Amino acid sequence: MNTQAIRDHYDVAIVGAGPAGLAAARVCADAGLSTVVFDEQPSPGGQIYRSVTATPFKRGTILGEDYWRGAALVAAMRASGAQYVANASVWSLTRDRELGIATGGGVQLLRARRVILCTGAIERPFPIPGWTLPGVMTAGAAQILLKSSALVPQGRVVLAGCGPLLWLLAWQYLNAGRRIDALLDTTPNENRSSVLPHLAAFLFSPYFFKGLDLLRTVRSQVNVVSGVTELRATGRGKVEEVVYRCGARAEQRLQIDTLLLHQGVAPNVNLALSAGIEHRWNDAQLCFLPTLGANADTSVEGIAIAGDGAGIAGAQSAEQRGVLAGVAAARSLKSAATVTGETQARAQIARYQRGRMFLDLFYRPAKQFRIPRGDTVVCRCEEVNARQIDEIIALGCPGPNQMKAFLRCGMGPCQGRFCGLTVTEMIAEGRGLTPQQIGYYRLRPPVKPITVAEMASLPKTAADLKAVVRV
Amino acid sequence: MFQRLPDASATPVRISIEGEPFEAREGDTVAAALLAAGRDYCRTTAISGTLRAPYCMMGVCFDCLVSIDGVANRQGCLVRVREGMHVEIQRGKREVAT
Repeated sequence: MNTQAIRDHYDVAIVGAGPAGLAAARVCADAGLSTVVFDEQPSPGGQIYRSVTATPFKRGTILGEDYWRGAALVAAMRASGAQYVANASVWSLTRDRELGIATGGGVQLLRARRVILCTGAIERPFPIPGWTLPGVMTAGAAQILLKSSALVPQGRVVLAGCGPLLWLLAWQYLNAGRRIDALLDTTPNENRSSVLPHLAAFLFSPYFFKGLDLLRTVRSQVNVVSGVTELRATGRGKVEEVVYRCGARAEQRLQIDTLLLHQGVAPNVNLALSAGIEHRWNDAQLCFLPTLGANADTSVEGIAIAGDGAGIAGAQSAEQRGVLAGVAAARSLKSAATVTGETQARAQIARYQRGRMFLDLFYRPAKQFRIPRGDTVVCRCEEVNARQIDEIIALGCPGPNQMKAFLRCGMGPCQGRFCGLTVTEMIAEGRGLTPQQIGYYRLRPPVKPITVAEMASLPKTAADLKAVVRV
Repeated sequence: MFQRLPDASATPVRISIEGEPFEAREGDTVAAALLAAGRDYCRTTAISGTLRAPYCMMGVCFDCLVSIDGVANRQGCLVRVREGMHVEIQRGKREVAT
């Protein structure tokens, strides 16, 4: 419940209540700064600690011990006195730190002296034939249904793709007594050689033993098919079959009711990009990442980015990066404040950075699952397929923004979140350039849909009215 | 499409989906309730009219757009169920009242 009114001005405004946002809020409020956290979800925790204060599960059951760390983070944020606003979408952020907020009841504008974006990650697009069919969902979606509502798929379920989350979900389903019909592993075989230089770091990282145990458990109970190179979902009105192939071997078909896809996550960059924050393509993580200074500060003064939105590094690192951004904000606004925690945070960030390059490169998704062909839908909202995009590339279309004008891809309600990376990589490949040279969709507010009535309800100055009046 | 695990307990919340009563649970989002109710889809697309169901469950994909208490274009995965809520499948674009 949002009991406090949202004010016009804060010292620090934080966007997102996952591990980074919760930690940053706690640090800032503890330092005596007026701090607000806006979160789109109905309860705090972000996606990793989704519904941690409201889950129907008890500690020590199927979700795993790591999940419950979120409860302490939420408790610390609440105890700090930071204001937490649920169900709040931030639809605009300007370079001078004016934020546009939409809550169920209406919209408003406010200003903050410092802004910390903790918008986290979203599922990487997985454009295969049939990925828009009902019954096909992301593994992250399935995990949210499990954490929030204790829901598991009915009937025959197949998990497909690559990355730690896919295996974690499988492990949680097995804990819950939910049988998995198959796990189709699309991790490219050639990744095994590219990770060798990073193997030693991984073996000494916090991820190794935990991951090994999880993989062993899942492999012993699930039909794991490795080296999957082709994948599609078919069905009329809903998914009925998953069809796959491993290299030159014969095509296989499985009758299914649910297909859960995952090939890693990527930063949720829309709000940061709309504020004009500089991002660069990262070839290991295959996404655009903000260019950051030592204190999580961005190219726009007064705006920092912490957590997976600043680069995928997991929940523990996100929390510590949130602490770092909080400390930096507190120090810049209150020179007298004694803010501690920086040294420890930096040490923890370094600890959780070890082994990340191995994970990034090992689970780097295969090209054929990032750059689709033919009838495969690329833009789910505007229903634009790969063939149409390839045709426009062949006409000489230079980039994603021109592509919008031809096909409207990226112009639906998701605002390119589920096609942006695909379109950039398709054009880069088609033109023989790098994704950095091609760039991303130009994003403008509102970065979340609001109604015209809501926009019209905002306070207007005499100059605003004069600008649109007919003379 | 989805079923509830037996060991989870939560308070029932009565809603209606397309006019039919359904007992959701406290903490469910509208999209979760639709999946628990066995609904194969929650909207038809504005472009071609094909069927879609919730895909990301975290507010990103907009495939869970539904009409809630008469207001269309709501993201079902971001709204928790409330006693007496009326949920309708969204067919194509939102209609704006004139």
